[in-house]
Amino acid sequence: MRPSLFWLLAVLFGVAFVAATRLWIANEYYYFAAYVVLQYIVLSTAWNILGGYTGYTNFGTGAFFAMGAYSSVVLHKLGGVPLPVMMLVGGVVSGIIGLGTGYLTLRLRGVFFAIATLAITIVVQTLIVNWDYVGGSRGIYIIRPANAPLGGGYIQYLYTLMIVLSVIAVGIARTIEHSRLGLGFAAIRDDEQAAEAGGVPTLRLKLIATTLSGALMGMAGAPLPYYVTYMDPTSSFSLSYAVNAVAMPVIGGMTSWIGPVIGSILLGTIQQVATVTISSALNLLIVGLLLIGFVIIAPNGIVGLVRSWRRKRAG
Amino acid sequence: MSDPRVNPLLRVEGLGKRFGGFVALDAIDLVINSGDRLGLIGPNGSGKSTLVNCLCGTLQNEMGTVTFDGRRIDGLIAHQRTRLGLARSFQLPKPFRTLNLIDNLRVPLIYTVNARRGHHLGEAQIVDRCEELLGDVGLADKARRLPGDLTQVEMRKLELARAVATQPRLLFADEAMAGLSPSEVEEILAVLFRLNEQGITIVLIEHIMRAVMSFSTRLVVLVAGHKIADGDPQEAMRNPEVERAYLGE
Amino acid sequence: MLSLDLLINAVVAGILLGGFYAAVSLGITISFGMLDIANIAQPAFILLGSYAAYILNQSYGIDPIVIGVFMMPIFYVLGMAVYELYYHAFESRGDQAIQGLAFFFGLLFVGEVSLVLVFGVDYRFVEASYIGPSLKWGILDLPLRMLIPFTFSLLMIGGLQLFLSRSFLGRAILAVSQDGQALQLMAASPKRIKRAAVGISIATCSLAGAFLIIIQPVEPSIGRDYIGRIFAICVLGGMTSIPGMLVASMLLGIIESIIATFYGPSWAPAVSFGFLLVALAVRPAGLMGR
Repeated sequence: MRPSLFWLLAVLFGVAFVAATRLWIANEYYYFAAYVVLQYIVLSTAWNILGGYTGYTNFGTGAFFAMGAYSSVVLHKLGGVPLPVMMLVGGVVSGIIGLGTGYLTLRLRGVFFAIATLAITIVVQTLIVNWDYVGGSRGIYIIRPANAPLGGGYIQYLYTLMIVLSVIAVGIARTIEHSRLGLGFAAIRDDEQAAEAGGVPTLRLKLIATTLSGALMGMAGAPLPYYVTYMDPTSSFSLSYAVNAVAMPVIGGMTSWIGPVIGSILLGTIQQVATVTISSALNLLIVGLLLIGFVIIAPNGIVGLVRSWRRKRAG
Repeated sequence: MSDPRVNPLLRVEGLGKRFGGFVALDAIDLVINSGDRLGLIGPNGSGKSTLVNCLCGTLQNEMGTVTFDGRRIDGLIAHQRTRLGLARSFQLPKPFRTLNLIDNLRVPLIYTVNARRGHHLGEAQIVDRCEELLGDVGLADKARRLPGDLTQVEMRKLELARAVATQPRLLFADEAMAGLSPSEVEEILAVLFRLNEQGITIVLIEHIMRAVMSFSTRLVVLVAGHKIADGDPQEAMRNPEVERAYLGE
Repeated sequence: MLSLDLLINAVVAGILLGGFYAAVSLGITISFGMLDIANIAQPAFILLGSYAAYILNQSYGIDPIVIGVFMMPIFYVLGMAVYELYYHAFESRGDQAIQGLAFFFGLLFVGEVSLVLVFGVDYRFVEASYIGPSLKWGILDLPLRMLIPFTFSLLMIGGLQLFLSRSFLGRAILAVSQDGQALQLMAASPKRIKRAAVGISIATCSLAGAFLIIIQPVEPSIGRDYIGRIFAICVLGGMTSIPGMLVASMLLGIIESIIATFYGPSWAPAVSFGFLLVALAVRPAGLMGR
């Protein structure tokens, strides 16, 4: 399928989905829950561009996500900035952080990049905790605007924005998959030294992947202040973002754009249900155990399982 | 046509490389002329692979200069050297395991050949060229298979095909024949001879003496990071230092 | 105006802290520095040691360091089990770096969440006679809760260094860290040696965890502060060198202590990351492949 056709279908699907749900679903809770799942579709798709496609593990999703959210806090306090613009700014901020982290660590082995991303969450969190303008450790209250563009409630507006972002993220991921950039990423993932010897500018491509991945995560975080209405560093930088961003692509399947989507919808929905029915800590435990389980038993995720099941049936 | 003595393809002067306190290469001088078939031999640990790595940009040398086609390259990183025309195959084959053979060759075609100024290959031409390259090494029928389905010899051939795909002027074949049977060695040797006839200068790094002697127009011997012989293969092998290195003290 | 007294005490406190950091980083120097197993779940095992000390200290009043020492065999077995799992899932399958990292990350996370489920998020502490009083020596003020772990930490590190250089198993571990293949040719099994080494690296967590809960009250999420620290120390110390690791720990301890004294403790986590960045920038030789 040509990329342009895929984009067309994705956009049409997105528009149809938004229209249908907003017309027929009145239950507010649906929009709150769906927002979280959509947010994870973006986060895990973004993660997978660097992780599944290029082979570099990022444990610092929380930092990129939260910086998008906090740049929105700053813009909110400055006043007069529409949310889509905030999302772009969040993307730029987190993209720059991605570029910076990458530039410092990507010349070394992948494991050092991963460790650096773990540490960066702590560092960025420390900076925010010490920054009173955005509330510091006390946190800050964000008041939702009274009117939502396009009519309807504000949460429906956030939901719509997140669907748009999901379509964009998935479209970008699939376009990369079938492009020469994606081929370069795959070569780096399979054997970086051989890729470099084959003429692939590995550092440049890795920086592109890190920047793009970080930017998408920042864009996903930008609407967060309006969603939660109370921002504080502890929950914004929660390790659960990092774990989910890793678990969803691993469980869904890292080799294709559809893996993170499957993983997000599956795990996201389970968690929304579990948080209500059992404790949130227990729900996180389940995610962690699923991650370990899949990594050991089914490292290619659900997509991988489906593929090998199909191959067995075929021959 | 420039005089090769004045303008060699590759000129290495005083190249030195250390790992911490360990001197891997000590003041290596080397000249490679266009069209040469150079054999590079030496006992294990003598620094052959380190030398290849330094020349190809996988490692950076601390001392000395490397000049390729009149241009200093010792600061350049590996992919830049590949784009200039320096290619290498790896001792242990490093295929792109999740890509089929065509895509394995597509990578160097897109990222080296198409990255150079001038004639760019379109998508269809790339596929044709991939199949042509695979055919040259006898892998045409496995074009859409994954590297995991290949035998040892076939993997070595894929390694060479990938290096050739970059349209190099100078190719380092790093122990491409290790562990192969005599007939398989002949197969690889035939490929290398053919490449040389097509105009590619080849440096053969090998332990299999029969292959080295039949292939090389010139022999360079490395022992413990030093070059102890450089010249006619028969003379080099008669050199007492070389004998000592191979037969022990 | 720089108070000299304050500075000297900050430096000394940093040295004591560094000794503790060395105990915490010892395990990762073995598993990652020597064996290239990026066990980012190490802080979870250390916290496990802390909570084990907490339970036994609160229930039976046993001294935490004694607990730490006696729990070492159990942690050793746990370490071997973790390596077995890691080996069957990853090392035997070849180069699957991302899955290995995800595995340890999962362990880290599951460890932290399990501790939250069992113990809650409140701070826990142990009681011992040396937590509280300080040794005063001239202008120096040495809290015993820092000095005692410091001393035992040096003992543990010294003991392990002796073990590695003198015993057969220890030297085998050093050999495997340099060339696993060569060892195979000598009919020793690299896998069993690596398993023992990982066992040792987790065993150190038992005692390190006891030190931790002596020095400060613990709660499950503080493990994350240590990831940056221990890897930074391991890298700057030269990866395989235990004396190097010790020096790097002291350095980090002193820098953190000075910053905390003069700028406040809330910046401490950023210090260790800065340390990590410096380590990565300054020691590229040990990091460019192996």
